[in-house]
Amino acid sequence: MELTGAEIFVECLKEEGVDTIFGYPGGAVLFIYDELYKQQDKVNHILVRHEQGAVHAAEGYAKATNKPGVALVTSGPGATNAVTGIADAYMDSVPLVVFTGQVPRNLIGNDAFQEVDIVGITRPCVKHNFLVTDVKELASTIKKAFYIASTGRPGPVLVDIPKDITTARCEFHYPKEITMRSYNPTYKGNKRQVRRAIDLMLEAKKPVLYTGGGVVLSGAANELTELTQELGFPITETLMGLGAYPSMDKQFIGMLGMHGTYEANNAMHHADLVIAIGARFDDRVTGNIEKFCPYAKIIHIDIDPASISKNVKVDVPIVGDVKHVIIDLLEELRHRQERPDAAALAGWWKQIEEWRKANCLKYNQDMDGPIRAQYVIEKFWEITNGDAYICSDVGQHQMWAAQYYRFNKPNRWINSGGLGTMGFGLPAAMGVQMAFPEETVACVTGDGSIQMCIQELGTCLQYRLPVKILCLNNGFLGMVRQWQEFFYQKRYAMSYMEALPDFVKLAEAYGHVGMRIEKPGDVEGAIKEALAMKDRLVFMDFITLQENNVYPMVPAGAGHNEMILV
Amino acid sequence: MRHVISILMENESGALSRVAGLFSARGYNIESLTVAPTEDATLSRMTLVTRGSEEIVEQIVKQLHKLIDVVKVMDLYQNSHIEREMMFIKVAVDKNTACEAVKRLSDIFRGNIIDVTDKMYTIELTGDRTKLDAFVNALKEFRIVEVVRSGSMGIARGETSLRV
Repeated sequence: MELTGAEIFVECLKEEGVDTIFGYPGGAVLFIYDELYKQQDKVNHILVRHEQGAVHAAEGYAKATNKPGVALVTSGPGATNAVTGIADAYMDSVPLVVFTGQVPRNLIGNDAFQEVDIVGITRPCVKHNFLVTDVKELASTIKKAFYIASTGRPGPVLVDIPKDITTARCEFHYPKEITMRSYNPTYKGNKRQVRRAIDLMLEAKKPVLYTGGGVVLSGAANELTELTQELGFPITETLMGLGAYPSMDKQFIGMLGMHGTYEANNAMHHADLVIAIGARFDDRVTGNIEKFCPYAKIIHIDIDPASISKNVKVDVPIVGDVKHVIIDLLEELRHRQERPDAAALAGWWKQIEEWRKANCLKYNQDMDGPIRAQYVIEKFWEITNGDAYICSDVGQHQMWAAQYYRFNKPNRWINSGGLGTMGFGLPAAMGVQMAFPEETVACVTGDGSIQMCIQELGTCLQYRLPVKILCLNNGFLGMVRQWQEFFYQKRYAMSYMEALPDFVKLAEAYGHVGMRIEKPGDVEGAIKEALAMKDRLVFMDFITLQENNVYPMVPAGAGHNEMILV
Repeated sequence: MRHVISILMENESGALSRVAGLFSARGYNIESLTVAPTEDATLSRMTLVTRGSEEIVEQIVKQLHKLIDVVKVMDLYQNSHIEREMMFIKVAVDKNTACEAVKRLSDIFRGNIIDVTDKMYTIELTGDRTKLDAFVNALKEFRIVEVVRSGSMGIARGETSLRV
């Protein structure tokens, strides 16, 4: 039987097992929306308030579930509004399929109403994109899109569908498998390289594991934990990798990089072996590349060959899926008679414990003074047992959340790492809450970030998403202000928000619960009260210390051993 | 260092702009680029000439591989290879002495005069880049009206080949 393009579209989603999509209608996608209306029991469509929100929500869904997130937007402004989310997903390797409507084929290139060359616009920030030019290719293109987005190093794939394709008809056939001669990711690591890596691990005197978002994406948290404990090495994680290894375990030495711990950064600096797993030597991690790990040999495991030796020359590269490679490493390690050098490791741990004594994350909460943001995060962590999904915006609050919420499980820390997109947190939290309706999902944000996608409070009301918003309100664009304090002699250019709305009233206007918390003594009670309201969104506006800085810090141009502690 | 990179890619619309966009987005240099379909109509063959350190060229090759439309990549610099470029050059021969001199130079360089008017000669010349440069140089004393160069094409010598 022949189906229309719109019918084929919905059939393809069902074939891919997509239960939830995020989107916003418009002229070019009306036939698709009509079909979604007819089949609303099959595919749940979440109507956002801005297309950027749709893509971030799909990202949140994907990051929490490791399944591809799906967004659907119209042509022109619908498509351009989605670009920030797409670029965000590209930087953080989030599996995403974004469908955009396009003007009918005969109008393409005519400067038609709501026409934009979205395939051209997004080319540098997608893993791949397609313009569908024949309805007969629609199903296979969608199959390819899901395949490309979710395999290898994941990423966003955009499919641009002209309006007349959605009414054209053809036989529907969904391919079961797809093979592409031009796209074959490597999953198994090279055996010889695996042996060389184990050789280095057994020789090492001062080893450190440095792991990233690739471990979470590969679903390799258990394997990583097993390997780390088998080796007895210290482990540090990047911002994107938090939660892969249980943070409360003594082998975990904290996050590394610009706002990493003193012990993690010093361990990197003094290490003789760095084992990088699913991490990409980002500039926020390495600091000054000239001063990066001066004494270490480097093993790098990554599924993307282009990540290897891009920023830092690597001694043993292993291209492959992190999970496969860790399993092979464990097997190889168990075959060997030798074990890591226990005496050397004991000395190394002694040194690390010395660094740990600096207690670099200590802060002083004066119970009669203003609330410190760190205190809010730490209390939230205590009360939720470290089990909540934390969706963060971008800025100081993001760093505090990363430092003080100790994640014990992967996929719980959902943030915009690579692109650093303010406005990510709230829509991402919606996506996570859709995926896990029963779980505690929090949005940690600031008075700047929250206003970038505040309109999504409307979406949260429509779908009764009981997200808990922790707004760490300091009346500043805090991270900008901190840099201006350190590096621009306190000239606070445009980092002060003089006209903040009353967030409590704003939350109430959207039909939610708002709370203002001004005293440290009220923090715990407010959080407990908010969490008790299981079916309500609660906006907690914490009025916090204004000039509060994120420490420790590796200033720009410095090495890992040149941290500012307070 | 100058590298000649051969690329076999899907003959899809937009494939060329993916390659060109990659180079501009990542700040790589393109000296020349030529592209045309192969005996298999679904494949295009591109030859791209670039300059960069070993590390940069290694990244370029990896980034090219990463493009979904790219099937195979070969850095010809790693192999013994042949490189050729084609040029059309239009020269004014309005002075009496010029006709003979231009004809003589064209013969020396094994060019072909492919179009003639009483005022213009158009010469076709194939060779490696340096030969073409030398010919343009030799014609400098005449009035060069137009130069069209194809950019380099490359192929590995012997048994080595770039195919699916």
